[in-house]
Amino acid sequence: MLTINIAIILPFLAAMFIIIFLRNFRQFHIGWLVLLIPGLLFFLIFQHIPAIANGQTFTNQFNWIPSYNINFLTYLDGLNMIFGLLITGIGTLVVLYSIYYLSTDQSLISFYIYLLLFMGSMLGVVFSDHLMMLYVFWELTSISSFLLIAYWYQRKGSRYGARKALMITVLGGFAMLAGFLMLYVVTGTFSIREIIDSSAMIKSHPLLLPIISLILLGAFTKSAQFPFHTWLPDAMEAPTPISAYLHSATMVKAGIYIIARFTPVFGGVEFWFWAVTSVGLFTLFWASLTAIRQTDLKALLAYSTVSQLGFIITLFGIGSLSFHPNIHVDTNTILYTQAIFAALFHLVNHSTFKGALFMIVGIIDYQIGTRDLRRLGGLIAFMPITFTIALIGSFSMAGLPPFNGFLSKEMFFTAMLSLKEFNIFSVESVATLFPVIAWIASIFTFVYSMMIVFQTFFGTYKEHPTANPKEPPFGMLLPPITLGLLVILIFFFPNMLSDYILKPAVYSVFATANLEPFGTITLWHGFSKELMMTIGVVLAGVTIFLLRSYFKKIYILFPQMLSFDTIYNRSLEFGDWFAKEITNRYMTGYLRHYMAYIFLVFMVLLGGSLYFLDAFSFTTQNDQSVGPFSWILAGTIAIAGMSIIFAQSRLTAIVFNGYIGFAIAMFFVIFKAPDLALTQLVVETVTTALFLLCYYFLPEWEKVPRRINWVNIIISISVGTIFTLIALSVNSGRLFDSISTFYEHADELAGGNNIVNTILGDFRAFDTMLEVIVLFIAGIGVYTMIKFKQTKGASKIED
Amino acid sequence: MKINEVILQTVTRVVVFIILTLALYLFFSGHNAPGGGFIGGLVLASSLVLLFLAFNIETIKQGIPVDFKLVAATGAAIVLLTGFGATLFGQPFLTQSFAYFELPFFGTTELTTVTIFETGVALAVLGVVVTIILSISEDV
Repeated sequence: MLTINIAIILPFLAAMFIIIFLRNFRQFHIGWLVLLIPGLLFFLIFQHIPAIANGQTFTNQFNWIPSYNINFLTYLDGLNMIFGLLITGIGTLVVLYSIYYLSTDQSLISFYIYLLLFMGSMLGVVFSDHLMMLYVFWELTSISSFLLIAYWYQRKGSRYGARKALMITVLGGFAMLAGFLMLYVVTGTFSIREIIDSSAMIKSHPLLLPIISLILLGAFTKSAQFPFHTWLPDAMEAPTPISAYLHSATMVKAGIYIIARFTPVFGGVEFWFWAVTSVGLFTLFWASLTAIRQTDLKALLAYSTVSQLGFIITLFGIGSLSFHPNIHVDTNTILYTQAIFAALFHLVNHSTFKGALFMIVGIIDYQIGTRDLRRLGGLIAFMPITFTIALIGSFSMAGLPPFNGFLSKEMFFTAMLSLKEFNIFSVESVATLFPVIAWIASIFTFVYSMMIVFQTFFGTYKEHPTANPKEPPFGMLLPPITLGLLVILIFFFPNMLSDYILKPAVYSVFATANLEPFGTITLWHGFSKELMMTIGVVLAGVTIFLLRSYFKKIYILFPQMLSFDTIYNRSLEFGDWFAKEITNRYMTGYLRHYMAYIFLVFMVLLGGSLYFLDAFSFTTQNDQSVGPFSWILAGTIAIAGMSIIFAQSRLTAIVFNGYIGFAIAMFFVIFKAPDLALTQLVVETVTTALFLLCYYFLPEWEKVPRRINWVNIIISISVGTIFTLIALSVNSGRLFDSISTFYEHADELAGGNNIVNTILGDFRAFDTMLEVIVLFIAGIGVYTMIKFKQTKGASKIED
Repeated sequence: MKINEVILQTVTRVVVFIILTLALYLFFSGHNAPGGGFIGGLVLASSLVLLFLAFNIETIKQGIPVDFKLVAATGAAIVLLTGFGATLFGQPFLTQSFAYFELPFFGTTELTTVTIFETGVALAVLGVVVTIILSISEDV
C-alpha cells in the first residue's frame, strides 16, 4: 500500500521542487500551486475510508537500514486515518485561506516551504509504525512549527514565542525518545504494533513507570498540557493560518495521538490513568479559567485550545480504564470505550469549530487591524457572514445545540459521571469531584465562547484609522464557511461520521470494543442528568458573562510572580548566566590551552580506561624486525620533531612540520600502503598551503627568553607514550577475531580490487557519506565565520 | 623586493595540466588501484591552489567562474542521492551495484554505481577545500 508512503513523501518533494525551480516565481500567488498537494492527499486518504470502515488495515515496510532494524514502516488504520484526514483536509482549507491572508510582497516561498515541511512531518508522525521514525518526524514538526512561529522574525514577540515553543516541545520530545528507547529495551522491537502485542510484558516490567512518565512528558509538552501550556499562547505570534492549522487543528493533537496510540499498551495501569486524567482535567479547568481574562482574541483562542485538548485527554484517561482486567466486562467496558469514542468525536469537532474560529479572528484582524477585545465591537452590522460563522463556532464550543460540540460535550458528561461505577484505583474518592470540576470548566468555556461573539460583534462600533469594516474576499470566507457547515452537518448526521470514521478508530484502539449501544449517536436522550448539566452550564455561564467585570477580580488572587511564564523566563536567564560563567572560565582564546584540554582528555579517558582495562599488554616477539631504512626515517622524524621546539622562526617550524608529514608518507610506502601514502602526500601539500595562508593572521613569534614549561613537557611526553603503547597493543591484543578476512572477497562482493576503496565506497559507504556531510558543514562554517563576521559598529539587523 | 613570478607562472601553465590528468587518472583508477574520489578531489583542489598561488585570485576567478560552495553542495547532494537511488530498487539505503559491459573502444568495462558516489565525494572535497582557501585568502 504505497499511498501512505506517498502521502508522507509528497509534501517534502513539493517543498524541494519549490526551492529549486520556483524560487523566483512571481506570475501568480504560489499558494494556488501548493493547494494541490493537501487536496490531492486528502483525496488519496479519503479513498481508503470504505476499506478501513470494513476493518482492513494497511502496512508498508520499506527496508532502510535493515542491519540496524531501522525500516520505513508505515501503517494505516482507523485511528491515524482520522488524523490523516484532519491534516490534509484542514491543510487544504488553510492553504486556500492563506492565499488571501498573505499578500505576494511577503516571503511566500519560505512560508509554503515550512508549511509543506510541517505537513509531511505531521503525516509522518501519525502514519509511522516505527518508533524512531515517529520520533524523527515528531521533532521535525517542532522545528517547522518553530520556523512558522518566527515567520515574522523581525518582531521580538515572534522570536520569543518561537524559541519558547521549540525549547518546551523539544524537551518533551527528547524525554519521549528516552521512553522509546526503554520500550525497545523491554520489548526488543521498535514496531508500535508489536509493542502493543507485548503489552502484558511491559506492564510487569520494572521500567514501566519511567517509560510512562517519559512518553507522557512528550505528549503533554506537545499538546500544551499543564504546566507546559505556556508556549501555546506565545505561539500565537505566528500568522493566523498557521495558528489555525498547527496550533489548534493538527500539531498540538500529536500528543493526543501518542496517548491514543499507547492506550492499548498502558491502558489499565493505575499511574497512566491518574496521570492522563488528572493532568487533562486540571488543564481543562485552568486554561478555561485563564481564557476569560484574555483581551487578545488569539490568546483567548489559544487558552481555549489548551483547555479543549485537556478535555480530549481526560476522555482518553477515562477510556484507558476499559483495559483494566478487573472491570465488569459487559457494562463497564462499554462505558469506558465510549469515552474513547467521545474523545475521538470531540477531536474532530474541535478541529472544525476551532479552525473556523481562528479563521474568523484572522479575518477580523485583517479587516479591522486589531484583535483586542477592548477595541472591538458592533461588527455585526458590517460583517454578517463572518458573524454567522463566529456564532456557529462559538456556540459549538460552548456545547449548545444544534452544533456538533453539544453532542460530544454530552458524552463527556456521561463519561465523567460513569467514573463512580468504577471501584478500583480508589476512584470512588474522587468520583464526585471530577464531574464537578468538569462542570465548572464547562461554565468557563461557555463564558469565553460568549465573549468571542458578543464583545466582537455587538455593542458599539469603535472607529480605527486602519479599519476597513466589510466582508473579506469570498476566498477567505470559503474555508471557515466549509468548517461552519461541517459543524452543523455533523450535528444532524452524526452517524455518518460515526460509522465510517469514528468506529474504525475506536476498534483500532480497543479491538474488542462493543459499540452497539453507543456507536449510534442520538440527538435526544430525554431529560437525562447530562442535559440537566448542560442547562446548568448555560444558566451559570450567562450569569458570569453578565457579571464578568466583577468576576475578573478573582484573578488578583493569582500573583504574576508564580506564573509559569516567569519560571520559564527565569530558568532561561539562569541557564544563560550559568553557561556564560562556565564557558568564560575555560574559553581563554589561546589555541595552546585548547590543545592542552584535548590532550588531557585523551590521557585521562583513553589512557586511563585502557590502563584499568589492562589493555596495555604486548609482546614484541611476533613483530617484524625493523629495517635500516625505517630506522633512518624514524631518526630524521625525531630530529625534525625536536627541532620544531628550538626553531627560531615560524617558517622553520612549518617546514619541519611538513617534513614530518612527508616522512610519514614514506613510511606508508615502506609498509606497502600506497593509498595512505598518496592521501598523506596530497593532504600534506594542501595543508601546507593553508598554513601559509594563515601565516598572515598569526601574531608575532614570541621572542621572549624561553622558560622550561614543565606542564607542557609532561603532557607531550605522556600523550606520546600513550599513543606508542596503543599502537603496540593494537598489534598484539587479540580481544576478538579479525574481520579483515571478510574484505578478501571484495572483488566478488563489490566488484573492486582496491579493498580500501571498496570499504570507503561500498561496505562502509554510510560512514563516507556522513564524513562528506561533516566536511561540507565544516567548509560552510569556515565560509560563514569569515564572510559574515560582525564588524565593529555595524547596525543590528533585528530589533 | 619585488618577487619575480615568471618562472612559477610558466611552470604552472604546464604542470597544472599534468596534475589535472593525474587527478582524473587517480579518480578513475580508484576502484582497482590506489586512488579514488577523495584523493582525486584533493589533487584537483591542489591544482587550483597552485593556480591561485602562481597567479592572483581575481585572474583565476575570471577564467574559472565557478562558485565552489555550489560545487561542494552538489557533491554532498550527489552522495546523498545515490544513497536514495538504491532505495528506488527496493534495496537498503546506499547499496552499490556493479556490472560488466562490452563497450566499443574500451572492451570489457566494469560500470559501477560507486563511481557516481565517488564523484560526489570528489566534488565535495574539491568544493570545500577551495572554498576554505578562498575565503581565508580573501579575508586578508
